[in-house]
Amino acid sequence: MADTKDKAKKVAPAKAKVQAKPTFSKETYMWWYENMKLMRRFEEKAGQLYGQQKIKGFCHLYIGQEACVAGAVTALTKDDKWITAYRDHAHPLALGTDPGAIMAELFAKATGCSKGKGGSMHMFDKEVNFMGGHGIVGAQVPLGAGIAFAEKYNKTGNLCICYMGDGAVRQGAFHEALNMAMTWKLPVIFVIENNGYAMGTSVERTSNVQQLYTLGESYDMPSFPVEAMSVENVHEAVAEAAARARAGEGPTLLEFRTYRYKGHSMSDPAKYRTKEELEDYKSRDSIEAVKATILLNKWATEEELEQIDEQAKQKVAEAVKFAEESPYPDPSELYTDIYAESDYPYIMD
Amino acid sequence: MRSIQFREALREALSEEMRRDERVFLMGEEVAEYNGAYKVSQGMLDEFGPERVVDTPIAELGFAGIGVGAAMNGLRPVIEFMTFNFSLVAIDQVINAAAKLMSMSGGQYGAPMVFRGPTGSAGMLSSQHSQNFENWYANTPGLKVVVPSNPYDAKGLLKSAIRDNDPVIFMESEQMYGDKGEVPEEEYLLPIGVADIKREGTDVTIVSFGKIMKVALAAADELAKEGINAEVIDLRTVRPIDYKTLVESVKKTNRMVVVEEAWPLASISAELAYHIQSNAFDYMDAPVKRVTCRDVPLPYAPTLIEASLPNVARTVEAVKQVMYKKA
Repeated sequence: MADTKDKAKKVAPAKAKVQAKPTFSKETYMWWYENMKLMRRFEEKAGQLYGQQKIKGFCHLYIGQEACVAGAVTALTKDDKWITAYRDHAHPLALGTDPGAIMAELFAKATGCSKGKGGSMHMFDKEVNFMGGHGIVGAQVPLGAGIAFAEKYNKTGNLCICYMGDGAVRQGAFHEALNMAMTWKLPVIFVIENNGYAMGTSVERTSNVQQLYTLGESYDMPSFPVEAMSVENVHEAVAEAAARARAGEGPTLLEFRTYRYKGHSMSDPAKYRTKEELEDYKSRDSIEAVKATILLNKWATEEELEQIDEQAKQKVAEAVKFAEESPYPDPSELYTDIYAESDYPYIMD
Repeated sequence: MRSIQFREALREALSEEMRRDERVFLMGEEVAEYNGAYKVSQGMLDEFGPERVVDTPIAELGFAGIGVGAAMNGLRPVIEFMTFNFSLVAIDQVINAAAKLMSMSGGQYGAPMVFRGPTGSAGMLSSQHSQNFENWYANTPGLKVVVPSNPYDAKGLLKSAIRDNDPVIFMESEQMYGDKGEVPEEEYLLPIGVADIKREGTDVTIVSFGKIMKVALAAADELAKEGINAEVIDLRTVRPIDYKTLVESVKKTNRMVVVEEAWPLASISAELAYHIQSNAFDYMDAPVKRVTCRDVPLPYAPTLIEASLPNVARTVEAVKQVMYKKA
């Protein structure tokens, strides 16, 4: 865990370190590498297809932030619940949702994980406990607390991990949810993916309080910054927060310091930041760090890792093929999935 | 039959459903230790404990969202707003979350829950505490909106709302909580989306819902003295609307007056007038008239309130207009 009292003006993640004596197993590293590569390749392809107009609507890519999800998956159990905002392709991918279902959703196809009714911002997959995919900044934070409320109510021992961007912490919903979650000791891990920019507005321009994790301290919540270009840091921080949640001690606020290599959305040329800043972050790439650790520990050869990357590309290619060949929702689907009641009398004139 | 207060009818509905289903809980401001701002939940903390009768801070957006999250994850929350005037700070969670989850998740997640509390004016409370949002919520697909007018309907409809698998907005009135009415001891449920003919008649159809049903019924009494036999329909639900009962009545009476507490523009009465001209045009002997709150924020002074709210005199006048009778 990084220095919890970091008062540096600029939120800058430290360089992800190559682990000569890693605390995690070969299997964990190999899982990280495989899944982070899949996220990266998937998003690269999504960006490309967006450029070709095959993917429409808004589209927010996860490139650069892969460690934020990968490290949390290995720290949690399959019964824990996940929720995030609209930068949401990578979470279900890492949880095991079929890449074809996610790509088909981007293509607005009936075979998409939300049947073509949600699109890029509204991925859902109940099978893997991925509860969306929400489009109003910060509004998923009370939802995450509510999901955790249900786990506590039912005494399951499970928790909810609730992601948000750095922009969300300026919303009232965030503060109200943190206050109640801490007062009621709800089993929830709040994660701020601080990539430095709320769309085009830097963290520095949105408040005098720039150490975002300190906002949790207002509610006496255990709150920590995490240098999240390192997947090991993410895993450790989430594991500690999960232990607190399962012990009945309530929520934790984690500020993941990360970076998105691409613009806020596909229409954003990201002119508000310098090329040097971007290159600096890319030099700290979390996937490259995992790769270096695997090689250093001789868990796989360069060629074997190359092959894993090829497999990721192959999976993405198959996902695209599936999405391309899938049908759009039939117009008769217009009046389905709105009410649980099957014969709701819609106004038809 | 025994007679109980509106608030007691609601309490019975809540308590019966909480005994029946462990997943049901009540959350809101002052619902537990204070026994409810309007004593709807009196004694419920003692019976169900603080895990199921949950006091919140004054944070409507936050606790409405926590309710939606809990509903997504298998519980059946009843979220109390002290008044629907305060629901405006929570409306994002109602419209953008509760009403949209089912659609945007392709049917995987929904929000089986109730948002309830009083709506409309309640004496001299001035403009921020005297507003009707029935039509606002009714506009949104994904929601159901129930507005009962008496203790019997309130109990049967609230029980149905809690058992409903979709998010239900359930609107009461501060001015009805003390109303007494006959409510049977034995369990019953009333279906959502079915209007009730509260008074049968032949000359004109008066349609209303919620607290303002009192005005509609009192106007019908006045009209009866003058030999006008009004049929009075209580919509009970404004999403979905029971258009069939309405059209059938108008086919009989050939005239319709709608009485509603909300502002006129884009109101339920506007929707009803549209539907009737579209579906019963050939049966109409006069244009539809409506009596609504005046198109202004409701002020504090009693003279101004009297000048704004729908009342018996305005309703009687509207009926006479559609009957081409001199006032």
